[in-house]
Amino acid sequence: MAYKGHRINPTRFEKSQIKIIVILLPLVIFMALPIIFIINHAFKPMEELFAFPPTFFVRNATLENFESLIKASRTSGIPLSRYVFNSLIVTLVTIFLSLLMTTCAAFALSKIRFKAKNTLMNINQTAIMFVATAVLIPRYLVISKTGMIDSYLAHILPLVAMPVALFLVKQFVDQVPDSLMEAAYMDGATDWQVYLKIIIPMIKPAIATASILVFQQVWTNMETSNYFVNDDSMKTLTFYMNTLANANNTVAGQGMAAAASLIMFIPNLVLFIILQKNVMNTMAHSGIK
Amino acid sequence: MAETKGKKNKISKRSNNKNGYLFIAPYGLAFTVFILVPVLLAVALSFTNFNAIEFPSWVGFLNYITVLTNDEVFMQHVLPNTVVYALIVGVGGYVLSFVLAWALCNLTRGFRTVFALILYSPSMTAGVAMTVVWKVIFSGDQTGLLNSWLMSLGVLNEPVIWLINAKYLLPIVIVIGLWSSMGIGFLSLIAGILNTDESLYEAGAIDGIKNRFQEMIYIVIPSMKPQMLFAAVMAIVNAFQAGTIFTLLTGNPSPGYASQLIVNHIEDYGFLRYEMGYAAAVSVVLLLIVQLFSKVADRLFGERDDF
Repeated sequence: MAYKGHRINPTRFEKSQIKIIVILLPLVIFMALPIIFIINHAFKPMEELFAFPPTFFVRNATLENFESLIKASRTSGIPLSRYVFNSLIVTLVTIFLSLLMTTCAAFALSKIRFKAKNTLMNINQTAIMFVATAVLIPRYLVISKTGMIDSYLAHILPLVAMPVALFLVKQFVDQVPDSLMEAAYMDGATDWQVYLKIIIPMIKPAIATASILVFQQVWTNMETSNYFVNDDSMKTLTFYMNTLANANNTVAGQGMAAAASLIMFIPNLVLFIILQKNVMNTMAHSGIK
Repeated sequence: MAETKGKKNKISKRSNNKNGYLFIAPYGLAFTVFILVPVLLAVALSFTNFNAIEFPSWVGFLNYITVLTNDEVFMQHVLPNTVVYALIVGVGGYVLSFVLAWALCNLTRGFRTVFALILYSPSMTAGVAMTVVWKVIFSGDQTGLLNSWLMSLGVLNEPVIWLINAKYLLPIVIVIGLWSSMGIGFLSLIAGILNTDESLYEAGAIDGIKNRFQEMIYIVIPSMKPQMLFAAVMAIVNAFQAGTIFTLLTGNPSPGYASQLIVNHIEDYGFLRYEMGYAAAVSVVLLLIVQLFSKVADRLFGERDDF
């Protein structure tokens, strides 16, 4: 994969790269500012949150904001642990279901010959451009008519089919050589066995990428909690964190909201850093031809 | 592909393996119920008058006629805002992400990975989780970070109420949009550039390519059109689905409709006024605009014409 050319992806540091870094650095710092700020803000004690003029960096870091976050949830009637539990269940089940469905569909679209294949593939490619918020109302109607309101299903099912994820995984399955599968079929393997024993192990990078995409969708999703679930005890952590961020417009609320945002952001970042190589590997096959 | 001649060789023998339908069924079902049906339902509802309580009543093209001729807010604020936003965040963000991806690919692996991570990380949060940051930075009194900085620099004499002043709303929303626009399309571009064929550069050098800029125009872009198209589609979707975070920042409708985008307009009519038939018509218009832009992207970068 790594290309050892003399211009693109250089292996050694050369003087000519310095000017690129000098141009990029201010922009990169500018892009990083809001995230650096949230990290600092989350650890500021009360007097620094109130400070005038306002400060950017934290001086005496404390965990006060995180403590008051937990305290606030005690008075709200629904313990924080409930929201954490909801979010974990919803996130894990969505990722599992979505990956299972997506890899199965990708296998079919890439390697199995059947009549409707090309049509289905084109439909999915068009759906990459699907803007979910545009059809919020009909989605709500579907969910209420099928009786899913106020259940975990209302959080999970609307998010399991993700056309971009299917597209990327399918592109990756295309890279699995047919000869490998032919050999297995010769030995009498069924389609299911080939899917499980050959395809899945070969497309791990794509699976990692798809799981990140789905994770990002689910973990920070507010739509399902806002519109499809009325019962507060069934809503997710993101929703709760966001009510804190918005209800308390006081300075104390700000500190809590920053702590909450940080808690929501960290899992995303960690997951991406861990799986970063897999993602780049998958993106190499991301082109639409 | 090696054609092996076994009895059970399903790949090459069977031209219509019914298992294909089985494997695609779970995804297909979820796709149908939560993507296809809602889109069709939106189209159907757009021809009706529907207040969420009574059964929808057929009104023909009335909603569309209203969108085009009678909705002053849409024509004077929402559409121009969306176009400006889409041009700067969509097209501008796309060009920016290509230039950045290309610059990163001229660096060694270590620098590239760290820079790419920093540029990509804002898009992970999908904006919503970062509302508090923007609220503090753009706070309307002296405790707001931006006000405080600008005042200490002497640019401002008194604090500007950023999130209420119609003059600044759209620019603020655009800055936030650009900040989180280096998403998965950006990663795709990096991967595409890294995978361009080495021999092309050598051939290009022989053919008289003198600098990196020419190399970018004549070699890099033509050899990674598929990635360019994928990233373009991502940029378009990203530009047109933005809106939720701005509702949290500026309210819906935003002051003087100054930062009202199509998505906000749909929310406004659908969930605040309960004119769901009308909201559905606006949704259909949005979906059509997205399709139109994708067709343009396809013209620019497509290699086949069936996408």
